[in-house]
Amino acid sequence: MTNNAGLSKLDNRELIAFCVGRQEFCINVMMVREIRGWAGATVLPRSPRYVKGVINLRGAVLPIVDLAGRLGLPSAEPTARNVIIVVQIGHQQIGLLVDAVSDILTASDAEIQMSPDLSSDLVKNFVKGLLPVEGRMISLIGLDNVLPVGELEAA
Amino acid sequence: MEDPMAEIRATFFQECDEQLAALEAGLLEMEGGTADAETVNAVFRAVHSMKGGAGIFSLDALVRFAHKFETALDKVRSGELVATPAVVGVFLRAADVLSDVVHAAQEGSTADEGRISALVVELERISDSGALPAAESAPTSEAEPGTAWDIVFAPRAEMYAKANEAALLLRELGRLGTMKVALDASKLPELNELDPEGAYLSWKIALETDCDEEAIRGVFEFVEDDCELTVSRPEEHGFAPGTVITGDNGFKFEFFAPLPEVEEDAGAVLEAQVTALEPEHHEPLLAPPKHAAVEAIAAKAESATTVSATIRVDLDRVDRMIDLVGELVINEAMLSQRVLEAGIARASGVAMALEELEHLTREIQDSVMAIRAQPVRSVFQRMPRLVREVAAQTGKQVRLVTEGEGTEVDKTVIERITDPLTHMIRNAIDHGLESPEKRVAAGKAEEGTVKLTALHRSGRIVLEVSDDGAGINRARVKQKAIENGVIAPDAQLTEDEIDNLIFLPGFSTAAKISDISGRGVGMDVVRQSVQALGGRISISSRPGQGSTFTLSLPLTLAVLDGMVVSAGGHTLIIPLGAIVETLKPQAKDVFPLDRDTNLLALRGGYVPMIDVAENLGYCEDPIEPEQGVALLVEGEGGVRAVLLVDAIHGQRQVVIKSLEANYRAVPGIAAATVMGDGRVALILDVDAVVRNARSESVRSDAVVVEAS
Repeated sequence: MTNNAGLSKLDNRELIAFCVGRQEFCINVMMVREIRGWAGATVLPRSPRYVKGVINLRGAVLPIVDLAGRLGLPSAEPTARNVIIVVQIGHQQIGLLVDAVSDILTASDAEIQMSPDLSSDLVKNFVKGLLPVEGRMISLIGLDNVLPVGELEAA
Repeated sequence: MEDPMAEIRATFFQECDEQLAALEAGLLEMEGGTADAETVNAVFRAVHSMKGGAGIFSLDALVRFAHKFETALDKVRSGELVATPAVVGVFLRAADVLSDVVHAAQEGSTADEGRISALVVELERISDSGALPAAESAPTSEAEPGTAWDIVFAPRAEMYAKANEAALLLRELGRLGTMKVALDASKLPELNELDPEGAYLSWKIALETDCDEEAIRGVFEFVEDDCELTVSRPEEHGFAPGTVITGDNGFKFEFFAPLPEVEEDAGAVLEAQVTALEPEHHEPLLAPPKHAAVEAIAAKAESATTVSATIRVDLDRVDRMIDLVGELVINEAMLSQRVLEAGIARASGVAMALEELEHLTREIQDSVMAIRAQPVRSVFQRMPRLVREVAAQTGKQVRLVTEGEGTEVDKTVIERITDPLTHMIRNAIDHGLESPEKRVAAGKAEEGTVKLTALHRSGRIVLEVSDDGAGINRARVKQKAIENGVIAPDAQLTEDEIDNLIFLPGFSTAAKISDISGRGVGMDVVRQSVQALGGRISISSRPGQGSTFTLSLPLTLAVLDGMVVSAGGHTLIIPLGAIVETLKPQAKDVFPLDRDTNLLALRGGYVPMIDVAENLGYCEDPIEPEQGVALLVEGEGGVRAVLLVDAIHGQRQVVIKSLEANYRAVPGIAAATVMGDGRVALILDVDAVVRNARSESVRSDAVVVEAS
């Protein structure tokens, strides 16, 4: 992302942290368009389980991805307390269903640690680095693979 | 943009389309005999602009053909050639070829050389034959050796400002033959009034050459906008048949037409002005009478442009705006709902303000939709050419009458009605109209009439194609339907039902298959494409008097008439255009074919039933047929099926939203929409659902489906 490039020159980036289950994740704040509460989504047929459906975002049809399901974590039926983070990925906007937004952080590249080399596909696909904050571990994730593009076009 | 020229090129071709339309419109006006000088000029300008633009992009084939065309048109403009119907006919065909050449250039292919050269020959023939009504000598365009020419060349200051040199032009002219140059310095003012950068000199040149007028004008090609040039033959006593080219130095593609020199006395005035120069008159170069005339024309051109002042806007921006306004409407409805729920009295200020808001919102929505609306003229303008071609192929005489060209409809609809209309008009000429002999025998005019009408009727656009031909031969249609096994031999059909048989697949009553229509893919294809647009088509016919096809389409593809249904607890929209009828299935009419498929007995036939919720994977178990509602639908190629849903909740118009913009295409779902409560509802892709039900392989996929 060009935004990343620009920010890393300053060696600082702003991140938004959120909870999914018992874990904390973060993404670059520049990707976030808005944060809104959970409202019932319209279920899409023939879609993977982690695609919760679509909602109406000011006239645009916005797909909702249950991040817990996508990351292979246990997921529960969403309630009004869940939060949707609307992010821009390329030309598309999607909503990420998470439990709560927990923090806004500023971190330099030096603070972000490489994630351990594990064979887990999930780590390879999503986790870009680890950030220790006040005794917590927050995983920096990339969202390029969040939508089920390849696997379903084949189907 | 990697290639900046590509963008300019695209604009050029866009403008070409507009010029071609203007050209055709002008020629048709000329054909109708209502052509004034301004029309002829407009036609000439259109061709000239295209030539000019083509030159920039080195589209040589286009430049060459446009040049020939322009030459012939120039003859008409100058009054040398009378625009008889025959001549205009050639021009119309030339316009067709020009359009081919333009499109070939756009695609980088080459147009049909044979047609081009045939037209070039024709154009040359008319430019030659028509030249000089009083031509006792040879026509202008091929002047015999040693013809004498009188040329008056008066540069304006702009010419020098563009670094053109009169002396060089004169030297160039000298190469064409022997010439005598006389300087006219009569306009030269006193030294104290002299503008050092002004232009006061003009030349009178007597040239003897074997070149034609075109070659002479060619010398001045690059300065013709910046000078006054008269080329005439001395034996014509200076009444220049040609033109005084008075250019205006404005727009890049805009070329101000020369003064139309129709009457002889106009020529006389001009001639007088050139020869009898007034030394005491110090206004440089432009003599008053002419100046006024130029201004008049310029003013006319200007008023024409203010009338049609338009801007080009990216379609995406308009669409985005339509989206937002659609959202505004929904939000407004939701707000009204909340206010009502809050128990606020109807007469209160809040409720009244809200009502005002509602009016405003509707008005905004209408205006925004109107931005995308375009007159059907662009489609209608393609039809005269089609009619000419089909008429020539069938040997019939056809007159096309169009009405309601200004009727507006959404751009996307415009783009998609061309094909069905083309087909219908071909059909009307090929099948509808009789041959000239038969027409005469029936006591009708030899020339058949095809009428194309557009009008608005109850929120839809209605297009009618009618002919004054023989009407539908019902006996033959019925016989053919029986032969093809479409209907039972003993079927009793009303006249209307027989007429509508022609929309069935594989039905063509033409005795022999022709190139034009009648490959058996006739009207059913038309009906399908019309239905795909959410439209309907019908026919009415009166024997001996002709048939009328009526096509009714939604004004926009951004909205769709749909039936709101629920299946497996989910709300779905089914396009109304696909639904033939709705019915309540009885258990006694349902017959299981195999484990998965039930058939519904319907008026003696069996139609497969598709449980929509199961097909989409909303639930595992199909509902009992008698508990649901059945919708008889017709998909691609007339395939019929019955869709089984839980319940019908009514009809409504919905705004179509793309699923692909933020997600991807979902099989079985055509698009989405936002309902009044702000929730998204999915629009069913009937064809895909029917296809899916027919193919087992896709069915196995349904296991991965999200069940809610």
